[in-house]
Amino acid sequence: MEVIIIKYKRLTLLCGHYGSGKTNVAVNMAFDLKKQYDNVAVADLDIVNPYFRTKDSSEDFKKMNIRLICSEYANSNLDIPALPQDMYAITDDKSLKVILDIGGDDRGALALGRIAPEIVRENDYEMLMVINKFRPLTPDASSTVEVMREVEAAGGIGFTGIVNNSNLGEETTVEDVIGSVEYANSVSEKSGLPIIATTVKQDLFESLFGKIPNLFPLKLQEKPVV
Amino acid sequence: MADKVLMKGNEAIAEAAIIAGCRHYFGYPITPQTEVAAYMAKKMPKIGGCFLQAESEIAAINMVYGVSSAGKRVMTSSSSPGISLKGEGLSYLAGSDLPALVVNVQRGGPGLGGIQPSQSDYFQATRGGGHGDYHMIVLAPASVQEMAELTVKGFDLADKYRMTSMILADGTMGQMMEPVSLDFDIKPAPEKPWATTGTKLEREHNIVNSLSLVPEELEMLNIKRYERYKIVEESETMYEEYMVDDADIVIAAFGIAARVSKNAVNEARKQGIKAGLIRPITLWPFPKAPFEKAVEHANAFISVELSMGQMIEDVKLATSCKVPVTLCNRVGGMIPSPEQVLKSIIEVNNGGVK
Repeated sequence: MEVIIIKYKRLTLLCGHYGSGKTNVAVNMAFDLKKQYDNVAVADLDIVNPYFRTKDSSEDFKKMNIRLICSEYANSNLDIPALPQDMYAITDDKSLKVILDIGGDDRGALALGRIAPEIVRENDYEMLMVINKFRPLTPDASSTVEVMREVEAAGGIGFTGIVNNSNLGEETTVEDVIGSVEYANSVSEKSGLPIIATTVKQDLFESLFGKIPNLFPLKLQEKPVV
Repeated sequence: MADKVLMKGNEAIAEAAIIAGCRHYFGYPITPQTEVAAYMAKKMPKIGGCFLQAESEIAAINMVYGVSSAGKRVMTSSSSPGISLKGEGLSYLAGSDLPALVVNVQRGGPGLGGIQPSQSDYFQATRGGGHGDYHMIVLAPASVQEMAELTVKGFDLADKYRMTSMILADGTMGQMMEPVSLDFDIKPAPEKPWATTGTKLEREHNIVNSLSLVPEELEMLNIKRYERYKIVEESETMYEEYMVDDADIVIAAFGIAARVSKNAVNEARKQGIKAGLIRPITLWPFPKAPFEKAVEHANAFISVELSMGQMIEDVKLATSCKVPVTLCNRVGGMIPSPEQVLKSIIEVNNGGVK
Protein backbone atom coordinates (compact mmCIF):
# COMPACT_ATOMS: atom_id res chain seq x y z
CA MET A 1 0.00 0.00 0.00
CA GLU A 2 1.38 3.40 -0.99
CA VAL A 3 1.56 6.06 1.68
CA ILE A 4 1.79 9.70 0.63
CA ILE A 5 5.26 11.04 0.23
CA ILE A 6 5.45 14.48 1.77
CA LYS A 7 7.98 16.70 0.02
CA TYR A 8 9.64 18.21 3.06
CA LYS A 9 11.31 21.61 2.91
CA ARG A 10 14.37 22.11 5.10
CA LEU A 11 12.17 23.37 7.93
CA THR A 12 8.64 22.14 8.73
CA LEU A 13 6.91 24.26 11.37
CA LEU A 14 3.88 22.80 13.12
CA CYS A 15 1.60 25.29 14.85
CA GLY A 16 -2.01 25.37 15.92
CA HIS A 17 -4.54 25.63 18.68
CA TYR A 18 -3.27 23.94 21.81
CA GLY A 19 -4.42 20.35 22.06
CA SER A 20 -4.76 20.08 18.28
CA GLY A 21 -2.13 17.34 18.27
CA LYS A 22 0.94 19.22 17.06
CA THR A 23 3.39 17.16 19.10
CA ASN A 24 1.91 13.88 17.92
CA VAL A 25 2.11 15.00 14.29
CA ALA A 26 5.64 16.36 14.82
CA VAL A 27 6.93 13.06 16.19
CA ASN A 28 5.35 11.08 13.33
CA MET A 29 6.62 13.48 10.68
CA ALA A 30 10.12 13.20 12.11
CA PHE A 31 10.01 9.42 11.69
CA ASP A 32 8.69 9.92 8.15
CA LEU A 33 11.33 12.51 7.31
CA LYS A 34 14.05 10.20 8.59
CA LYS A 35 13.06 7.70 5.89
CA GLN A 36 13.95 10.31 3.28
CA TYR A 37 16.97 12.07 4.86
CA ASP A 38 19.83 11.25 7.19
CA ASN A 39 20.40 14.48 9.06
CA VAL A 40 17.07 15.00 10.84
CA ALA A 41 16.18 16.92 13.98
CA VAL A 42 13.05 17.64 16.00
CA ALA A 43 13.00 21.05 17.66
CA ASP A 44 10.65 21.50 20.59
CA LEU A 45 9.96 25.22 20.95
CA ASP A 46 6.91 24.76 23.17
CA ILE A 47 7.10 27.32 25.97
CA VAL A 48 3.49 26.84 27.07
CA ASN A 49 2.82 23.21 27.99
CA PRO A 50 5.22 21.55 30.40
CA TYR A 51 3.27 18.25 30.44
CA PHE A 52 3.09 16.79 26.92
CA ARG A 53 6.36 17.19 25.08
CA THR A 54 8.32 15.66 22.21
CA LYS A 55 10.77 14.66 24.95
CA ASP A 56 8.32 11.87 25.83
CA SER A 57 9.60 10.21 22.63
CA SER A 58 13.30 10.85 23.29
CA GLU A 59 14.11 7.13 23.53
CA ASP A 60 12.60 6.51 20.09
CA PHE A 61 14.49 9.46 18.64
CA LYS A 62 17.74 8.15 20.06
CA LYS A 63 17.14 4.71 18.54
CA MET A 64 16.46 6.23 15.12
CA ASN A 65 19.33 8.67 15.36
CA ILE A 66 17.11 11.74 15.24
CA ARG A 67 18.49 14.77 17.02
CA LEU A 68 16.21 16.31 19.66
CA ILE A 69 16.58 20.04 20.20
CA CYS A 70 14.66 20.56 23.39
CA SER A 71 14.84 22.57 26.60
CA GLU A 72 16.58 20.53 29.26
CA TYR A 73 13.77 21.55 31.61
CA ALA A 74 10.96 19.98 29.54
CA ASN A 75 9.15 17.27 31.54
CA SER A 76 10.97 18.30 34.67
CA ASN A 77 9.56 19.92 37.77
CA LEU A 78 10.91 23.30 36.76
CA ASP A 79 7.95 25.17 35.31
CA ILE A 80 9.55 27.97 33.35
CA PRO A 81 9.04 28.92 29.71
CA ALA A 82 12.54 27.96 28.56
CA LEU A 83 13.89 27.59 25.04
CA PRO A 84 16.63 25.09 24.15
CA GLN A 85 20.14 26.50 24.22
CA ASP A 86 20.97 24.86 20.89
CA MET A 87 17.93 26.31 19.08
CA TYR A 88 20.13 28.38 16.77
CA ALA A 89 21.24 25.15 15.10
CA ILE A 90 17.81 25.24 13.43
CA THR A 91 18.73 28.26 11.37
CA ASP A 92 22.56 28.01 11.41
CA ASP A 93 23.06 24.40 10.33
CA LYS A 94 21.69 24.34 6.79
CA SER A 95 22.46 20.62 6.39
CA LEU A 96 19.82 19.79 8.99
CA LYS A 97 16.22 18.96 8.09
CA VAL A 98 14.07 20.01 11.02
CA ILE A 99 10.54 19.42 12.26
CA LEU A 100 9.62 22.28 14.61
CA ASP A 101 7.00 21.72 17.30
CA ILE A 102 5.71 25.16 18.24
CA GLY A 103 3.63 25.82 21.37
CA GLY A 104 -0.13 26.24 21.18
CA ASP A 105 -2.03 29.35 20.17
CA ASP A 106 -0.55 32.82 19.75
CA ARG A 107 1.13 32.62 23.16
CA GLY A 108 3.08 29.55 22.08
CA ALA A 109 3.98 31.07 18.71
CA LEU A 110 5.66 34.04 20.41
CA ALA A 111 8.81 31.95 20.81
CA LEU A 112 8.94 31.58 17.05
CA GLY A 113 9.34 35.34 16.61
CA ARG A 114 13.00 35.09 17.63
CA ILE A 115 14.01 32.97 14.62
CA ALA A 116 11.19 33.82 12.19
CA PRO A 117 13.13 36.55 10.29
CA GLU A 118 15.96 34.10 9.54
CA ILE A 119 13.48 31.39 8.48
CA VAL A 120 11.75 33.80 6.10
CA ARG A 121 15.10 35.03 4.70
CA GLU A 122 16.29 31.47 3.96
CA ASN A 123 12.85 30.70 2.46
CA ASP A 124 13.03 26.91 2.59
CA TYR A 125 10.17 26.14 4.96
CA GLU A 126 6.57 25.02 5.30
CA MET A 127 4.53 26.40 8.15
CA LEU A 128 1.63 24.03 8.77
CA MET A 129 -1.51 24.68 10.78
CA VAL A 130 -2.56 21.53 12.64
CA ILE A 131 -6.35 21.50 12.98
CA ASN A 132 -8.82 19.30 14.87
CA LYS A 133 -12.54 19.90 14.46
CA PHE A 134 -13.28 18.00 17.68
CA ARG A 135 -11.56 20.62 19.82
CA PRO A 136 -14.29 22.74 21.41
CA LEU A 137 -12.78 26.16 20.65
CA THR A 138 -12.09 25.41 16.97
CA PRO A 139 -15.18 23.51 15.80
CA ASP A 140 -15.60 25.46 12.53
CA ALA A 141 -13.63 27.22 9.83
CA SER A 142 -14.04 30.76 11.12
CA SER A 143 -12.85 30.01 14.68
CA THR A 144 -9.94 27.99 13.25
CA VAL A 145 -8.87 30.73 10.84
CA GLU A 146 -9.11 33.22 13.70
CA VAL A 147 -6.53 31.17 15.64
CA MET A 148 -4.37 30.98 12.46
CA ARG A 149 -4.30 34.76 12.20
CA GLU A 150 -3.40 35.14 15.89
CA VAL A 151 -0.56 32.61 15.53
CA GLU A 152 0.77 34.37 12.42
CA ALA A 153 0.70 37.75 14.14
CA ALA A 154 2.52 36.42 17.21
CA GLY A 155 5.09 34.35 15.29
CA GLY A 156 5.81 36.92 12.61
CA ILE A 157 5.49 34.34 9.85
CA GLY A 158 2.65 33.13 7.61
CA PHE A 159 1.13 29.68 7.14
CA THR A 160 1.73 27.75 3.92
CA GLY A 161 -0.49 24.71 4.49
CA ILE A 162 -2.86 22.72 6.67
CA VAL A 163 -2.68 19.33 8.40
CA ASN A 164 -6.13 17.96 9.16
CA ASN A 165 -5.57 16.11 12.44
CA SER A 166 -9.24 15.85 13.46
CA ASN A 167 -9.53 13.08 16.05
CA LEU A 168 -11.14 11.91 19.28
CA GLY A 169 -8.02 10.10 20.47
CA GLU A 170 -8.29 6.32 20.72
CA GLU A 171 -12.07 6.53 20.20
CA THR A 172 -11.75 8.04 16.70
CA THR A 173 -13.85 6.22 14.10
CA VAL A 174 -13.69 6.08 10.30
CA GLU A 175 -16.86 8.22 10.23
CA ASP A 176 -15.21 10.86 12.44
CA VAL A 177 -12.34 11.23 9.98
CA ILE A 178 -14.59 11.28 6.90
CA GLY A 179 -16.85 13.79 8.65
CA SER A 180 -13.89 16.12 9.22
CA VAL A 181 -13.06 16.48 5.53
CA GLU A 182 -15.75 19.09 4.91
CA TYR A 183 -14.45 21.11 7.87
CA ALA A 184 -10.86 20.89 6.63
CA ASN A 185 -11.94 21.87 3.13
CA SER A 186 -13.70 24.92 4.39
CA VAL A 187 -10.66 25.96 6.46
CA SER A 188 -8.63 25.50 3.29
CA GLU A 189 -11.05 27.59 1.25
CA LYS A 190 -11.30 30.36 3.83
CA SER A 191 -7.53 30.60 4.28
CA GLY A 192 -6.53 29.87 0.69
CA LEU A 193 -4.08 27.21 1.86
CA PRO A 194 -3.74 23.59 0.66
CA ILE A 195 -4.36 20.55 2.86
CA ILE A 196 -0.94 18.89 2.97
CA ALA A 197 -2.14 15.81 4.83
CA THR A 198 -5.08 14.28 6.67
CA THR A 199 -3.84 12.19 9.57
CA VAL A 200 -5.40 9.00 10.79
CA LYS A 201 -4.37 6.54 13.48
CA GLN A 202 -2.77 3.44 12.04
CA ASP A 203 -5.60 0.97 12.61
CA LEU A 204 -8.03 3.10 10.57
CA PHE A 205 -5.61 3.70 7.71
CA GLU A 206 -6.60 0.71 5.61
CA SER A 207 -10.33 1.40 5.70
CA LEU A 208 -9.82 5.04 4.73
CA PHE A 209 -7.12 4.58 2.12
CA GLY A 210 -8.28 5.85 -1.27
CA LYS A 211 -11.23 7.70 0.23
CA ILE A 212 -9.35 10.76 1.44
CA PRO A 213 -6.41 12.34 -0.42
CA ASN A 214 -2.99 12.67 1.26
CA LEU A 215 -3.78 10.26 4.08
CA PHE A 216 -0.97 10.16 6.65
CA PRO A 217 -0.88 7.29 9.20
CA LEU A 218 -0.19 8.28 12.80
CA LYS A 219 1.28 6.26 15.62
CA LEU A 220 -0.24 7.82 18.74
CA GLN A 221 2.37 9.01 21.24
CA GLU A 222 1.24 8.60 24.79
CA LYS A 223 2.27 9.35 28.30
CA PRO A 224 3.19 6.03 29.88
CA VAL A 225 0.21 6.09 32.29
CA VAL A 226 -3.03 4.13 31.76
CA MET B 1 -20.11 9.54 18.56
CA ALA B 2 -20.68 12.77 16.73
CA ASP B 3 -21.70 14.81 19.78
CA LYS B 4 -18.40 14.28 21.54
CA VAL B 5 -15.52 16.72 21.69
CA LEU B 6 -11.89 16.11 22.58
CA MET B 7 -11.00 17.99 25.74
CA LYS B 8 -8.39 18.35 28.40
CA GLY B 9 -9.69 17.72 31.90
CA ASN B 10 -9.12 21.36 32.81
CA GLU B 11 -11.10 22.56 29.80
CA ALA B 12 -13.92 20.14 30.60
CA ILE B 13 -14.22 21.72 34.05
CA ALA B 14 -14.37 25.20 32.56
CA GLU B 15 -16.92 24.35 29.87
CA ALA B 16 -19.10 22.38 32.31
CA ALA B 17 -19.08 25.33 34.72
CA ILE B 18 -20.29 27.62 31.94
CA ILE B 19 -23.02 25.11 31.01
CA ALA B 20 -24.03 25.00 34.70
CA GLY B 21 -24.63 28.74 34.57
CA CYS B 22 -21.41 30.00 36.14
CA ARG B 23 -20.62 33.45 34.71
CA HIS B 24 -18.00 34.52 37.22
CA TYR B 25 -14.49 33.11 37.36
CA PHE B 26 -11.64 34.50 39.43
CA GLY B 27 -8.23 32.91 39.52
CA TYR B 28 -4.50 33.12 39.30
CA PRO B 29 -2.52 30.87 36.95
CA ILE B 30 -0.59 27.87 38.23
CA THR B 31 0.46 24.63 36.55
CA PRO B 32 -1.17 22.11 36.15
CA GLN B 33 -4.59 23.86 36.19
CA THR B 34 -3.84 26.93 34.03
CA GLU B 35 -6.08 25.75 31.17
CA VAL B 36 -9.15 26.35 33.34
CA ALA B 37 -8.28 30.04 33.52
CA ALA B 38 -7.14 30.17 29.87
CA TYR B 39 -10.42 28.66 28.69
CA MET B 40 -12.46 31.05 30.83
CA ALA B 41 -10.43 34.00 29.53
CA LYS B 42 -11.35 33.06 25.95
CA LYS B 43 -14.96 32.14 26.56
CA MET B 44 -16.38 34.41 29.28
CA PRO B 45 -16.15 37.71 27.36
CA LYS B 46 -18.05 36.12 24.47
CA ILE B 47 -21.03 35.11 26.63
CA GLY B 48 -21.34 38.17 28.83
CA GLY B 49 -19.51 36.55 31.73
CA CYS B 50 -16.68 37.80 33.89
CA PHE B 51 -13.16 36.40 33.77
CA LEU B 52 -10.78 38.17 36.08
CA GLN B 53 -7.16 37.28 36.71
CA ALA B 54 -6.79 38.42 40.29
CA GLU B 55 -3.58 39.83 41.74
CA SER B 56 -3.28 36.75 43.96
CA GLU B 57 -5.07 33.59 45.03
CA ILE B 58 -6.17 35.36 48.21
CA ALA B 59 -7.81 38.11 46.19
CA ALA B 60 -9.49 35.56 43.91
CA ILE B 61 -11.13 33.60 46.74
CA ASN B 62 -12.43 36.81 48.28
CA MET B 63 -13.93 37.82 44.93
CA VAL B 64 -15.67 34.45 45.00
CA TYR B 65 -16.99 35.36 48.45
CA GLY B 66 -18.39 38.61 47.06
CA VAL B 67 -20.17 37.15 44.04
CA SER B 68 -21.54 34.24 46.08
CA SER B 69 -22.96 36.73 48.59
CA ALA B 70 -24.82 38.31 45.69
CA GLY B 71 -26.38 34.92 44.94
CA LYS B 72 -24.59 34.05 41.69
CA ARG B 73 -22.82 30.84 40.73
CA VAL B 74 -19.10 31.47 41.01
CA MET B 75 -15.86 29.53 40.97
CA THR B 76 -12.10 29.66 41.31
CA SER B 77 -9.43 27.11 40.51
CA SER B 78 -5.83 26.55 41.47
CA SER B 79 -3.28 23.89 42.31
CA SER B 80 -1.95 22.84 45.70
CA PRO B 81 0.18 25.85 46.83
CA GLY B 82 -2.51 28.19 45.52
CA ILE B 83 -5.23 26.35 47.45
CA SER B 84 -3.24 26.83 50.66
CA LEU B 85 -3.35 30.57 49.98
CA LYS B 86 -7.12 30.32 49.55
CA GLY B 87 -7.42 28.55 52.91
CA GLU B 88 -8.53 31.62 54.81
CA GLY B 89 -11.21 32.38 52.24
CA LEU B 90 -12.48 28.78 52.32
CA SER B 91 -13.04 29.12 56.05
CA TYR B 92 -14.83 32.47 55.62
CA LEU B 93 -17.09 30.97 52.92
CA ALA B 94 -18.01 28.16 55.33
CA GLY B 95 -18.49 30.57 58.22
CA SER B 96 -20.89 32.60 56.07
CA ASP B 97 -22.63 29.52 54.60
CA LEU B 98 -21.89 30.58 51.04
CA PRO B 99 -22.01 28.19 48.07
CA ALA B 100 -18.98 28.11 45.76
CA LEU B 101 -17.04 25.78 43.50
CA VAL B 102 -13.30 25.51 44.10
CA VAL B 103 -11.07 23.35 41.89
CA ASN B 104 -7.77 21.89 43.08
CA VAL B 105 -5.71 20.19 40.35
CA GLN B 106 -3.10 18.84 42.71
CA ARG B 107 0.66 18.84 42.21
CA GLY B 108 3.46 17.37 44.28
CA GLY B 109 4.24 19.04 47.60
CA PRO B 110 4.75 20.19 50.26
CA GLY B 111 5.85 23.77 49.70
CA LEU B 112 6.23 24.82 46.10
CA GLY B 113 6.81 21.12 45.37
CA GLY B 114 6.62 20.27 41.69
CA ILE B 115 4.24 20.45 38.76
CA GLN B 116 3.61 16.74 38.29
CA PRO B 117 0.46 15.02 39.62
CA SER B 118 -0.23 14.24 43.26
CA GLN B 119 -3.06 13.40 45.67
CA SER B 120 -1.37 14.70 48.78
CA ASP B 121 -3.95 17.43 49.52
CA TYR B 122 -6.48 14.80 50.65
CA PHE B 123 -6.18 15.79 54.32
CA GLN B 124 -6.41 19.48 53.47
CA ALA B 125 -9.54 18.97 51.35
CA THR B 126 -11.45 16.46 53.45
CA ARG B 127 -10.68 18.13 56.79
CA GLY B 128 -11.63 21.61 55.65
CA GLY B 129 -8.47 23.36 54.50
CA GLY B 130 -8.79 26.47 56.64
CA HIS B 131 -9.42 27.10 60.33
CA GLY B 132 -12.51 26.27 62.34
CA ASP B 133 -15.10 23.49 62.37
CA TYR B 134 -16.34 22.97 58.86
CA HIS B 135 -16.44 20.69 55.84
CA MET B 136 -16.40 21.03 52.10
CA ILE B 137 -18.06 18.58 49.73
CA VAL B 138 -15.06 16.98 48.01
CA LEU B 139 -15.51 15.36 44.60
CA ALA B 140 -12.82 13.19 43.01
CA PRO B 141 -13.14 12.66 39.23
CA ALA B 142 -11.38 9.75 37.49
CA SER B 143 -11.93 10.72 33.85
CA VAL B 144 -12.32 13.83 31.73
CA GLN B 145 -16.03 13.02 31.45
CA GLU B 146 -16.29 13.03 35.24
CA MET B 147 -14.34 16.29 35.46
CA ALA B 148 -17.27 17.80 33.57
CA GLU B 149 -20.08 15.89 35.30
CA LEU B 150 -18.81 16.50 38.82
CA THR B 151 -18.39 20.20 38.09
CA VAL B 152 -22.12 20.44 37.29
CA LYS B 153 -22.91 18.28 40.32
CA GLY B 154 -20.62 20.41 42.47
CA PHE B 155 -22.58 23.58 41.70
CA ASP B 156 -25.88 21.82 42.45
CA LEU B 157 -24.66 20.47 45.80
CA ALA B 158 -23.07 23.78 46.76
CA ASP B 159 -26.33 25.65 46.19
CA LYS B 160 -28.44 22.96 47.83
CA TYR B 161 -26.43 22.86 51.08
CA ARG B 162 -24.88 26.35 51.03
CA MET B 163 -21.40 24.82 51.10
CA THR B 164 -18.20 24.93 49.09
CA SER B 165 -17.83 22.04 46.66
CA MET B 166 -14.24 21.19 45.85
CA ILE B 167 -13.18 19.28 42.76
CA LEU B 168 -10.09 17.40 43.95
CA ALA B 169 -8.32 16.34 40.78
CA ASP B 170 -4.64 15.86 40.00
CA GLY B 171 -2.24 16.92 37.28
CA THR B 172 -2.98 13.92 35.05
CA MET B 173 -6.75 14.49 35.25
CA GLY B 174 -6.22 18.15 34.40
CA GLN B 175 -3.90 17.52 31.48
CA MET B 176 -5.16 14.30 29.89
CA MET B 177 -7.31 14.51 26.78
CA GLU B 178 -10.36 12.31 26.30
CA PRO B 179 -13.60 12.50 24.32
CA VAL B 180 -16.37 14.14 26.34
CA SER B 181 -20.10 14.45 25.94
CA LEU B 182 -21.35 17.75 27.31
CA ASP B 183 -25.01 16.87 27.15
CA PHE B 184 -26.15 17.65 30.70
CA ASP B 185 -29.52 17.91 32.31
CA ILE B 186 -29.15 21.32 33.93
CA LYS B 187 -31.39 22.12 36.87
CA PRO B 188 -31.99 25.80 37.55
CA ALA B 189 -30.16 27.13 40.61
CA PRO B 190 -32.46 27.28 43.66
CA GLU B 191 -33.85 30.56 44.99
CA LYS B 192 -31.42 32.34 47.30
CA PRO B 193 -33.55 34.51 49.59
CA TRP B 194 -30.49 35.20 51.77
CA ALA B 195 -28.49 36.86 48.97
CA THR B 196 -27.49 40.51 49.13
CA THR B 197 -29.31 41.61 46.00
CA GLY B 198 -30.72 44.95 47.18
CA THR B 199 -33.82 45.34 49.36
CA LYS B 200 -35.73 47.53 46.88
CA LEU B 201 -37.16 48.86 50.19
CA GLU B 202 -39.35 45.76 50.25
CA ARG B 203 -37.56 43.61 52.82
CA GLU B 204 -35.09 43.65 55.69
CA HIS B 205 -31.40 43.82 54.88
CA ASN B 206 -29.67 40.54 54.19
CA ILE B 207 -26.31 40.34 55.90
CA VAL B 208 -23.56 37.91 54.91
CA ASN B 209 -20.96 37.64 57.62
CA SER B 210 -18.76 35.12 59.43
CA LEU B 211 -18.16 37.25 62.52
CA SER B 212 -20.18 36.33 65.59
CA LEU B 213 -19.24 37.92 68.90
CA VAL B 214 -21.81 36.21 71.12
CA PRO B 215 -20.41 32.78 72.03
CA GLU B 216 -23.84 31.21 72.66
CA GLU B 217 -24.97 32.25 69.18
CA LEU B 218 -21.74 31.10 67.53
CA GLU B 219 -22.05 27.72 69.26
CA MET B 220 -25.60 27.38 67.93
CA LEU B 221 -24.47 28.31 64.39
CA ASN B 222 -21.83 25.59 64.49
CA ILE B 223 -24.28 22.99 65.77
CA LYS B 224 -26.86 23.88 63.12
CA ARG B 225 -24.19 23.71 60.43
CA TYR B 226 -23.19 20.23 61.53
CA GLU B 227 -26.83 19.11 61.41
CA ARG B 228 -26.75 20.12 57.75
CA TYR B 229 -23.45 18.25 57.25
CA LYS B 230 -25.12 15.15 58.71
CA ILE B 231 -27.80 15.28 56.00
CA VAL B 232 -25.04 15.56 53.37
CA GLU B 233 -23.30 12.53 54.88
CA GLU B 234 -26.53 10.54 54.83
CA SER B 235 -27.67 11.40 51.33
CA GLU B 236 -24.83 12.51 49.07
CA THR B 237 -22.05 9.90 49.15
CA MET B 238 -20.97 8.58 45.76
CA TYR B 239 -18.69 5.68 44.94
CA GLU B 240 -17.99 3.00 42.33
CA GLU B 241 -17.56 -0.66 43.15
CA TYR B 242 -15.63 -2.96 40.81
CA MET B 243 -15.62 -6.73 41.43
CA VAL B 244 -16.00 -6.21 45.17
CA ASP B 245 -18.82 -8.73 45.81
CA ASP B 246 -16.60 -11.80 46.27
CA ALA B 247 -13.26 -10.02 46.77
CA ASP B 248 -10.63 -11.24 49.23
CA ILE B 249 -8.43 -8.21 48.62
CA VAL B 250 -10.13 -4.82 48.23
CA ILE B 251 -8.31 -1.80 46.87
CA ALA B 252 -9.40 1.70 47.84
CA ALA B 253 -8.34 4.34 45.33
CA PHE B 254 -9.67 7.53 43.77
CA GLY B 255 -8.86 9.58 40.67
CA ILE B 256 -5.88 8.47 38.60
CA ALA B 257 -4.90 5.88 41.25
CA ALA B 258 -8.26 4.15 40.72
CA ARG B 259 -7.66 3.89 36.97
CA VAL B 260 -4.28 2.29 37.55
CA SER B 261 -5.77 0.00 40.21
CA LYS B 262 -8.56 -1.21 37.94
CA ASN B 263 -5.94 -2.57 35.53
CA ALA B 264 -4.19 -4.29 38.43
CA VAL B 265 -7.48 -5.82 39.64
CA ASN B 266 -8.13 -7.23 36.15
CA GLU B 267 -4.64 -8.73 36.03
CA ALA B 268 -4.98 -10.19 39.55
CA ARG B 269 -8.30 -11.83 38.58
CA LYS B 270 -6.56 -13.40 35.57
CA GLN B 271 -4.04 -14.88 38.01
CA GLY B 272 -6.84 -16.28 40.15
CA ILE B 273 -6.68 -13.72 42.95
CA LYS B 274 -10.07 -12.35 43.96
CA ALA B 275 -9.32 -8.63 43.96
CA GLY B 276 -11.79 -5.77 43.85
CA LEU B 277 -11.87 -1.98 43.90
CA ILE B 278 -13.87 0.61 45.81
CA ARG B 279 -13.48 4.03 44.24
CA PRO B 280 -14.79 6.85 46.44
CA ILE B 281 -16.17 9.64 44.24
CA THR B 282 -17.07 11.83 47.20
CA LEU B 283 -14.05 12.02 49.51
CA TRP B 284 -16.13 14.04 51.94
CA PRO B 285 -18.60 12.71 52.77
CA PHE B 286 -16.50 9.51 52.70
CA PRO B 287 -18.52 6.51 51.47
CA LYS B 288 -18.33 4.26 54.53
CA ALA B 289 -21.13 1.85 53.52
CA PRO B 290 -19.27 -0.13 50.79
CA PHE B 291 -16.31 -0.58 53.15
CA GLU B 292 -18.51 -1.75 56.02
CA LYS B 293 -20.01 -4.30 53.66
CA ALA B 294 -16.72 -5.43 52.09
CA VAL B 295 -14.91 -5.89 55.40
CA GLU B 296 -17.32 -8.75 56.17
CA HIS B 297 -15.68 -10.91 53.44
CA ALA B 298 -12.35 -9.28 52.57
CA ASN B 299 -9.09 -10.44 54.15
CA ALA B 300 -7.26 -7.19 53.57
CA PHE B 301 -7.52 -3.70 52.07
CA ILE B 302 -4.91 -1.80 50.10
CA SER B 303 -5.10 1.98 49.84
CA VAL B 304 -3.47 3.08 46.58
CA GLU B 305 -2.55 6.75 46.72
CA LEU B 306 -0.29 9.43 45.25
CA SER B 307 0.58 10.50 48.80
CA MET B 308 2.43 9.17 51.84
CA GLY B 309 -0.86 7.65 53.01
CA GLN B 310 -3.79 9.99 53.74
CA MET B 311 -7.03 8.32 52.61
CA ILE B 312 -5.76 5.15 54.29
CA GLU B 313 -6.90 6.67 57.63
CA ASP B 314 -10.49 6.92 56.39
CA VAL B 315 -10.28 3.35 55.06
CA LYS B 316 -9.14 2.16 58.50
CA LEU B 317 -11.97 4.08 60.16
CA ALA B 318 -14.58 2.78 57.71
CA THR B 319 -13.41 -0.82 58.20
CA SER B 320 -13.05 -0.35 61.98
CA CYS B 321 -9.54 -1.84 61.62
CA LYS B 322 -11.09 -5.33 61.48
CA VAL B 323 -8.58 -6.50 58.84
CA PRO B 324 -5.15 -5.17 57.81
CA VAL B 325 -5.03 -2.07 55.59
CA THR B 326 -1.76 -1.50 53.72
CA LEU B 327 -0.50 1.32 51.58
CA CYS B 328 0.69 1.19 47.96
CA ASN B 329 1.93 4.59 46.87
CA ARG B 330 4.19 6.88 44.88
CA VAL B 331 4.78 10.54 45.67
CA GLY B 332 6.48 13.70 44.43
CA GLY B 333 4.77 13.64 41.03
CA MET B 334 5.20 9.91 40.42
CA ILE B 335 2.28 7.56 39.68
CA PRO B 336 2.08 3.91 40.81
CA SER B 337 2.17 1.51 37.86
CA PRO B 338 -0.40 -1.29 37.44
CA GLU B 339 2.53 -3.69 38.00
CA GLN B 340 3.35 -2.09 41.35
CA VAL B 341 -0.27 -2.34 42.48
CA LEU B 342 -0.45 -5.95 41.27
CA LYS B 343 2.73 -6.76 43.23
CA SER B 344 1.06 -5.30 46.32
CA ILE B 345 -2.03 -7.42 45.75
CA ILE B 346 0.06 -10.57 45.37
CA GLU B 347 2.09 -9.81 48.50
CA VAL B 348 -1.01 -9.13 50.57
CA ASN B 349 -2.67 -12.27 49.15
CA ASN B 350 0.33 -14.34 50.19
CA GLY B 351 -0.01 -12.93 53.68
CA GLY B 352 3.33 -11.18 53.32
CA VAL B 353 2.11 -7.87 54.72
CA LYS B 354 0.47 -7.67 58.12
